[in-house]
Amino acid sequence: MDDLLNAGALFANFVLVPGISYGSQLALCALGLTIIFGILRFANFAHGDVMAFGTMATIFATWLFQDLGLTIRPLPTALIAMPAGIAAAIGICLATDRCVYRFHRRKRSPAIMFVIASFGVMLVMNGLVRMVIGTKDRSFDDGARFILKVREFRDATGLQEGLAIKVSQGLTVAVTCIAGTLLFWFLQHARTGKAMRAWSDNEDLALLSGVSPERVVMVAWLISATLATVAGTLYGLDKSFKPYTYFHLLLPTFAAAIVGGIGHPLGAVIGGYVVAFSEIALTYAYRKFLIYLGPEGWQPEGLVQVLATEYKFAVSFIILIVVLLIRPTGIFRGKVI
Amino acid sequence: MKVLAGEDMSGGYGGADILHGCTVRVEAGEIVVIVGPNGAGKSTAMRAIFGMIDLNRGRVMLDDADITGLSMRERVRRGMAFVPQTANVFSGMTVRENLEMGAFLRRDDTSATLAGVLELFPVLKDKLRQPAGELSGGQRQQVAVARALMTEPDVLMLDEPTAGVSPIVMDDLFDRIIGIRTSGVAVLMVEQNAAQALAVADRGYVLVTGENRHTASGRELLADDNVRRSFLGG
Repeated sequence: MDDLLNAGALFANFVLVPGISYGSQLALCALGLTIIFGILRFANFAHGDVMAFGTMATIFATWLFQDLGLTIRPLPTALIAMPAGIAAAIGICLATDRCVYRFHRRKRSPAIMFVIASFGVMLVMNGLVRMVIGTKDRSFDDGARFILKVREFRDATGLQEGLAIKVSQGLTVAVTCIAGTLLFWFLQHARTGKAMRAWSDNEDLALLSGVSPERVVMVAWLISATLATVAGTLYGLDKSFKPYTYFHLLLPTFAAAIVGGIGHPLGAVIGGYVVAFSEIALTYAYRKFLIYLGPEGWQPEGLVQVLATEYKFAVSFIILIVVLLIRPTGIFRGKVI
Repeated sequence: MKVLAGEDMSGGYGGADILHGCTVRVEAGEIVVIVGPNGAGKSTAMRAIFGMIDLNRGRVMLDDADITGLSMRERVRRGMAFVPQTANVFSGMTVRENLEMGAFLRRDDTSATLAGVLELFPVLKDKLRQPAGELSGGQRQQVAVARALMTEPDVLMLDEPTAGVSPIVMDDLFDRIIGIRTSGVAVLMVEQNAAQALAVADRGYVLVTGENRHTASGRELLADDNVRRSFLGG
């Protein structure tokens, strides 16, 4: 019985808890991506770097607040600095829309033009972030570390294996729930939200109903930039901030959005968890887990790891390819790119 | 008294002009039908009047105002409504949401309009919570017209409202359209089923290669041997 519980604790500590938290972060990223796809109808390659940009701005605001002595321990200062980061990300998104995408919108350029343009925006933003804050790894979490410590868990349960829950993980889940609920409420019930769904559903008919295209596009950037910054900040608190890592997050984000059905918000959320759990479950070494579950004295050979952690990006690739081959519309029948 | 007129319109989709000096006019309480062979520019004329394509020549007048340069949104605000031929519902949204989107620009209470529209299309009453994409072709067509009526327009423009629906549904739709005219709305429509449409029309325009060929009351056009033989299949 104890073995079973120990195995459970081990699994929860190394797969379940990190999976939920990483999945929530991916869900927020994918939501931002899918909103832009639904409204502007292109896959925004710059999304990862919007995240990096928003997080960078949040970090600067965090430092400022720390200097001013404005902290909210045990919660990280970044939480109150986030609005500044969101504002900066919205600013840069609206500016690029004005400078780059609006031209193509007016010209009614094909979607591939937008995609290539967003690729350019991605490179510019990427360079900008690296020039301003540097390429180093930065940790900006100044709050308490743990909600539940390994030792506390062990003492409370008497188990050999510990379970830890970081503040950043709890925060991630809480913020994701709030942001997700607000977004879905907005899309279902708010006037502008309905206009956005209508636009995503049938652009011409939305125009015929009097929906203003520029306004819908603006709100889409607003939402996308906000979600990107929130996701980026949470990811940075959970791990650390490094511009290159955020650029890499683009791949699992795309995989999540496409698995769920691109353009479909609920799909993006589910896709986020699917990708996160696949990545973590496939790169976790099950050796110890199996020792607990196997017969007394038995040991599996090797680490019992499907993929080495270095290959975690391959998981996103595999998911992406399998989905595009078997069910290109994704779980919720989104649009086919 | 609303009068909508597209006068001497020429234009197309960027390439060669499709319309060549075409004129169409509709008044409150009238049903006006545009008929003509395939490629005559019937739908293009409708789109031009609604501002979906730019005109090279000519103008669009609503009462005494020149609305040629106005956006679609502004035209909707001024009492025009358009039902396109295809993709004319929000298929992922419920019937109720479709109707709400029709009234998007209205800030006042729309419940009376909704009740009136549902009176006109009673089938939709039980389907309000169903996604419009799951309805049958005829019901979808009704949602499309109902959506357009939600603004309480003065001018309703219909691009082939009976395309792809069964004959029974078609008769039913024509009855509804006559009902809409009775309420004082100007109805301008393009119809493939020319004979049936002209039978209810106060005026008909026969377009050929983007020009007005014949203009007369619906009954006169139906009685005209020339028109019958050329455009109505005997």
